[in-house]
Amino acid sequence: MSLDQADPAALPAAGPATRKTGRAAGGAAGRRGHDRRAGRWWTPWLFLAPALLLFLYFKFIPMVSALTMSFQDVQPYLGNRWVGTENYATVLQSDGFREAAWHTVVLAAGQTAGSMALGLALALLMEGQGRRLGFVRSAAFLPVVVPIAVVAELWRIMYHPTSDGMLNSILGLVGFGPSGFINDPDSSMASIMVTGIWRGAPYDMMIFLAGLTSVDRGLYEAAKVDGASRLQRVWHVTVPGLRSVFSILFILAAIRGLRVFTEVFLLTNGGPDGSTEVVMTLIYKLGLEQNRLGVGAAGAVLLFIATLILTVVVHLLRRRESK
Amino acid sequence: MNAPTETALGLTESRSPGGRILKAVTYLLVLIVFAGPLLALLVSAFSHIKDPTQLSVIPSGATLDNFRIAFDQGVLAYLLNSFFVVGFGLLLQVAVSVLAGYALARKRFPGMTLVLVAILATLMLPEEILALPLSVILSDLPVVHFNLIGTLAGMIVPLGAWGFSILVMTEFMKDVPRELEEAARIDGAGDLRIFAQIILPMCKPALGVIGVFGFTMIWDQYLLPLLVSTDSSSYTLPLALRTLRIDPAVTPGVVMAASLLALLPSVIVFLFFQRSFVHGLSSGALKG
Repeated sequence: MSLDQADPAALPAAGPATRKTGRAAGGAAGRRGHDRRAGRWWTPWLFLAPALLLFLYFKFIPMVSALTMSFQDVQPYLGNRWVGTENYATVLQSDGFREAAWHTVVLAAGQTAGSMALGLALALLMEGQGRRLGFVRSAAFLPVVVPIAVVAELWRIMYHPTSDGMLNSILGLVGFGPSGFINDPDSSMASIMVTGIWRGAPYDMMIFLAGLTSVDRGLYEAAKVDGASRLQRVWHVTVPGLRSVFSILFILAAIRGLRVFTEVFLLTNGGPDGSTEVVMTLIYKLGLEQNRLGVGAAGAVLLFIATLILTVVVHLLRRRESK
Repeated sequence: MNAPTETALGLTESRSPGGRILKAVTYLLVLIVFAGPLLALLVSAFSHIKDPTQLSVIPSGATLDNFRIAFDQGVLAYLLNSFFVVGFGLLLQVAVSVLAGYALARKRFPGMTLVLVAILATLMLPEEILALPLSVILSDLPVVHFNLIGTLAGMIVPLGAWGFSILVMTEFMKDVPRELEEAARIDGAGDLRIFAQIILPMCKPALGVIGVFGFTMIWDQYLLPLLVSTDSSSYTLPLALRTLRIDPAVTPGVVMAASLLALLPSVIVFLFFQRSFVHGLSSGALKG
């Protein structure tokens, strides 16, 4: 059976043409029929076109242009000038960037560890069924869906530095404080971290809860028969069962931490005294406030390389572990 | 302890008095820590609050003054901007995702692996890193030379294609039985009809997932609107919160009222589509 016969739609169109103009045109019609079939190759691309066009414009061209900009002195309307690796030298030698990179790493590490530890604890404490439990879990999850801008404005008010601020009065009840929170260089970083954990832990909790359902119940029974205590059971059965969840959450949270912008921008904008300046707030200031787009782009490329290395390393570790 | 062990810690099944108390304390603490601040936001939005120290979870005289002042400050226009962006953004994102998902799930063609790798690459690429070049490109789109800076369109089109939604659609569309499609093809249906009348109607659960995630993702945007907007006429509500706070004439109560308006849509969407949300969250994250 020929290909043309397999396609019923092609036959009526080819039919009349063949009859009317005889043999030579018949060949043409046959070719047209073939084109029609061959034309099918572009059907998937037609369906993909909107996505690919949008990705091209807003992901791939920006990525390439971030790379080129990082080697240029970008001057709108005047034309860009190639400067080689000068931007990278500027970035890497500036104390501001090094400090921002350190702050970013500290913040990312703290938020990742804090969110995962608290998230796991919450998941273990609230695993199971029941309407009341479902309600508590939903309520605990709310911070995740609240827009980050709202979270920042709310915590700004809660972090009010006088002793009658909301969190300070709670600290006062247990005999601490008052803390300057985001207004004090000594506690500003920790305060942003706490806000991040508040929003990150419930997310991690949900993922851990999903992972917990796949842990073999038979192993729990076996552990019980062997006389293992609850904590031993969690440590020797549950935690190993969640290994893949740990590594996925780690990658997600670490990347989220490295690219942190909005909460820092709104809570402290890098202050006080640059104590919370992170890479993204610095890039924003370099690029859009001081118009040093080339230097900003170099910083962004370095940040990208850092996230890439982190992802690859975790994947490699995972692969080695599963072997 | 003869009950079957259903959970790791065994706390949920515990019926002993100690277990009950531990459970109650845990739940209460979780509610206070995670829902408490949001309750304070809710109460403050409806209270006369002159300075930040008065933020409280205890209601003290209900009032709508905060909302009235917020509306005087143009919050309604910001809210409408936000709705415009999320409405058209979600429409575009869902349309783009189902079309791309159809091609990736139901077709085999040379270059498919490359496309999949490219989509995965966009997911690995944090959008923050592209912020600077994106702002340059939006001011003069290559080839067509549109300037989208200062327009709401500039906050919408960059979100039109989202790798997550495309992959969710692709995975789901793969599971639609071949026989249905073949039957339709024998009846003479083309790709467009098969897509619209056979595949798409069977993907309602996946549409729920990408709808909910797309909504939350677009509603939570901050950096993109910040790059695109030039003045307050194109602010979305999250952006406007900062402007409101900086204004010395505006009390924290007003900021909280505007914040409440900014968080309600996403919380409502979450509560109504909780199942889609949790489903997408766990399947999306655990597949990787």
